[in-house]
Amino acid sequence: MLSTIVFLPFISSLFLAIVYLQNTSAKRYEFFTTFGIGTILITTILSLIVLYYMINGMGTIYSHAFTWIHLGSFKIEVAFMADRLSAIMISFITFIGLLIHIYAAGYMKDEEGYGKFFAYFNLFMGSMLLLVLADNPIMMFIGWELVGLSSYLLIGFYHQNTDNVKAANKAFILNRVGDFGFIIALSLLYIALEGHGFTFDTIKENISLISHEMLSLIGLLLFVGAMGKSAQIPLYVWLPDAMAGPTPVSALIHAATMVTAGVYMVARFSFIYIQIPDIGLFIASVGAASALFAAIIASYQSDIKKILAYSTMSQLGYMFIAVGLGAYSAGIFHVFTHAFFKALLFMGAGAVIIAMHHEQDIFKMGGLKRHLKLVYITMFIATLAISGIPPFAGFFSKDAILVTAFADQHYIIWAVASLTAGLTSFYMFRMLFTVFHSPASQTNELHKLDKSITYPLVVLAFGSATVGFLGVNPAYGGEALINNFLMLPDISSHIPHSSEYMIGALNVSLGFTGMLFAYKLFAFSKHRPDTTTLFTRVAINKFYIDEIYEALIVRPLVALSKFIHNIIDAKIFDGFINTSVLLYVYLAKLFAKLQNGKVRYYALYILAGVSFMSIFLMYKLGVGI
Amino acid sequence: MSPDLFFLLSSVLFSLGLVGLVSRKNLFVMYMSIELMLSSINLLLATLSKVLGDASGSVIALLIIAVIAAEAALFLAIIIHLYRTSKTLDSDKYKDLGEIN
Repeated sequence: MLSTIVFLPFISSLFLAIVYLQNTSAKRYEFFTTFGIGTILITTILSLIVLYYMINGMGTIYSHAFTWIHLGSFKIEVAFMADRLSAIMISFITFIGLLIHIYAAGYMKDEEGYGKFFAYFNLFMGSMLLLVLADNPIMMFIGWELVGLSSYLLIGFYHQNTDNVKAANKAFILNRVGDFGFIIALSLLYIALEGHGFTFDTIKENISLISHEMLSLIGLLLFVGAMGKSAQIPLYVWLPDAMAGPTPVSALIHAATMVTAGVYMVARFSFIYIQIPDIGLFIASVGAASALFAAIIASYQSDIKKILAYSTMSQLGYMFIAVGLGAYSAGIFHVFTHAFFKALLFMGAGAVIIAMHHEQDIFKMGGLKRHLKLVYITMFIATLAISGIPPFAGFFSKDAILVTAFADQHYIIWAVASLTAGLTSFYMFRMLFTVFHSPASQTNELHKLDKSITYPLVVLAFGSATVGFLGVNPAYGGEALINNFLMLPDISSHIPHSSEYMIGALNVSLGFTGMLFAYKLFAFSKHRPDTTTLFTRVAINKFYIDEIYEALIVRPLVALSKFIHNIIDAKIFDGFINTSVLLYVYLAKLFAKLQNGKVRYYALYILAGVSFMSIFLMYKLGVGI
Repeated sequence: MSPDLFFLLSSVLFSLGLVGLVSRKNLFVMYMSIELMLSSINLLLATLSKVLGDASGSVIALLIIAVIAAEAALFLAIIIHLYRTSKTLDSDKYKDLGEIN
């Protein structure tokens, strides 16, 4: 069954690609839609069945497809494993992926390359499922790379525009930087295990073989990989640019797949991280810094998708705070709830963009409340959820993380995270109020929205409102169902319920404060960020990070490449080789004189050759003359 | 009669042929030199056949004579053809196989 879940999207992707390539100009809308969505529907059902088995107390499911490489003791199996963690992951990945597929069918309807889009989409789903269901780190790495590849293909989907291609390349290259850390970590892990098997289970069993220092290094390098995929400081710059892709792609990347891979990976290797709390603290600090940093940038953006992109980065920061501090279930819980409301936000934003005829600047929108009622209501729910207003999903997951930070006595991280929670509420409502409440400015007709665009929004809105109840803390009378179900090796430190209430109350009040500020500033007038003060100017320009990277890394690299290309390669290496070529040229000219075309000379050469051979033989055989 | 004389004769003939081939430019003379070398080998075969008392050497020598006759026809035809195309019998003029310079 697990093999089917993983292979089905791949096969369907291949099939779609072949059909598409057979005649690229053919429309075949129905065929691509039914086929592309149908396979994901089947995988969704299968994944939910897996989850159902798990809930009914079934142990880890293993599935062995085939042996890929077998060299002596080195063996790579293409095998899959579903424990409770992966079961949760695949069920929401496939479910939300399915909704995004349905949404994409409406969103991409009139686009060129519709079939190609669905082929890529299925590939993306397949890669992510491979990553999550992998039984050993090598298969996980393959999924990890394939996710990078499909994100590259999808971000650059509108490849007619050079900027989009650049964005796709940026995403791909930055992810390679992360993968570099990941692959070194895997190699070190393999060496350190001294051939005691390389599946997650055997690594877990033999973890005591590895020294503490080595584990720290491995943990750190693995986190470098996670930084790339999950867009944390300093490898986050691809994420905002990834908005170049079509909106369903952003929804898929940000909600269900790709960016959650890093968090999942840390949770998957929780048995390593549990032993190295110092690295965990580092992860949490990076997460906190990213959360705050992204929230500040998001507060000054005016592109609706960029705001959401930075908010994703910020929420990922929360997840890393959780997994860094050892609260793996809380992190995965936030991944889970975040998937719902972030998918909803992106799809809502996509609906607004379509309705506004591909306008993405929120300050050119306004007053859409009356025209796009359904989108407005669903996005309002999502915004409440991400801002951590109870009883919507985000509150419970975010609260769990903040409580963890507080309980572990990392007060700075806690304070930063709380501040970010307030900011999150501010910038999300800023976007919402500007788009839907502020005075209308558009004059032309709104584009009509397809049913396949709006229905998934409703489903997700329902999800955003309710999934939080799956993980209500004991302090609020819940049973933390998800946490108990996941059975991850959480480090938990308890604090009295009263403190938990205090923290919760603080979050909610911060959330409401942000909301009120946003309401006052943005609901009645368009308040485009001004560039008068230094801080706002810096924040609008995303702290000039792209420019700094450009100056510090890209430019020197280009200069170095040019230097090597023009000086070292052209002068030194080519010079050396050309000198030795001269020798051959002279030798060749010398020998070419022998080939003068005169038969007599050739006969002479034969004579010389035969004479030489004869003399040699006589000498060797010892024949006297 | 001692076969040494025959061996000596054969060697001398072969050397004459070889020197002729290398030193002369006229195609006819070169052809004759080749024939001379061939004949010297033939002589060697016949002599050894006699010395060893084995008839197969003589048989091969007879066969070679037949081959020489066929070869002569071919060779002369080639020389005539060469002469017709370039009006010369100087072998040094025929250097199509040489390096182009």
